[in-house]
Amino acid sequence: MNLGPHADFIIAAYAVTAFVIAMLVAWVVLDYSAQRRILGDLEERGVTRRSRRPARDQR
Amino acid sequence: MAVIDIANPTRFLALVNRLLPWLTAATLLLFAVGLSQAMHAPDDYQQGATVKIMFLHVPAAWLGMFGWGLMSIAALGTLVWRHPLADVAGKAAAPIGAAFTFICLITGSLWGRPTWGTYWVWDARLTSVLVLFLLYLGVLALYWTAEDPGRGARAAAVLSLVGAVNLPIIKFSVEWWNTLHQGSSIFRMGGPTIDPSILRPLIVMAVAFTLLFVTLHLAAMRNEILRRRVRAMRLMQAQALAEAT
Repeated sequence: MNLGPHADFIIAAYAVTAFVIAMLVAWVVLDYSAQRRILGDLEERGVTRRSRRPARDQR
Repeated sequence: MAVIDIANPTRFLALVNRLLPWLTAATLLLFAVGLSQAMHAPDDYQQGATVKIMFLHVPAAWLGMFGWGLMSIAALGTLVWRHPLADVAGKAAAPIGAAFTFICLITGSLWGRPTWGTYWVWDARLTSVLVLFLLYLGVLALYWTAEDPGRGARAAAVLSLVGAVNLPIIKFSVEWWNTLHQGSSIFRMGGPTIDPSILRPLIVMAVAFTLLFVTLHLAAMRNEILRRRVRAMRLMQAQALAEAT
């Protein structure tokens, strides 16, 4: 595949796009694992959401 | 499952968990097909191989605008119906829309240098897209800096609705003013003016980018729902501690 005299511009455009998309994917994946970990820690310490508590405990 | 059931965050999470693997696979498959077609597409008779930048630039531009449109609809849900999922949808769309608008600006600039002879010109289309990017940054600042998340969400919703005025300006800027940017060549009366050999990969790439946006948006919404649960649980923990002392 010959990208001609402006190959640098084409490669730079694809590289920037790939980098930004990789950052977005990393943000979503890392944020998900962080939130899951924090939720797990809180549940281990006995903190539960109001909707998960038995009805008699809800005030 | 009825559509109204999805408005419940727990049911929404269950649906997202089921959908995400399929959406990820479909996105990867479409990108593989689209990139292969884009690499083998013929050069343009005027622009040469730089036309390959269009396969990134055009979908990114569409999705930058799509993201803001989504945020505007979500803003109505936040301000009128005060539905928490509407705010979650708006907040999750903002960084993704900003990223696609950024891609649009950078790839446009890299395409402009060999075809126009300049990276940037202050014409109506380029300036209105830059304004869209700055609006995205404004919404993100409102979400990230507000001490009270509810107030931040309402302020961001108002800005989303006000900023929607910019969408038709971007779309019609090439018709209303003299600009260096080319006019509409796909969605126009009389059909697209692009040769099918270039239009086909463009459409596949546009669908791939759209699926990527939807996948990232649903995943970011899931994260935001979990973040709100963490916040609610920490508040309850603090309340329980305060009552105990």
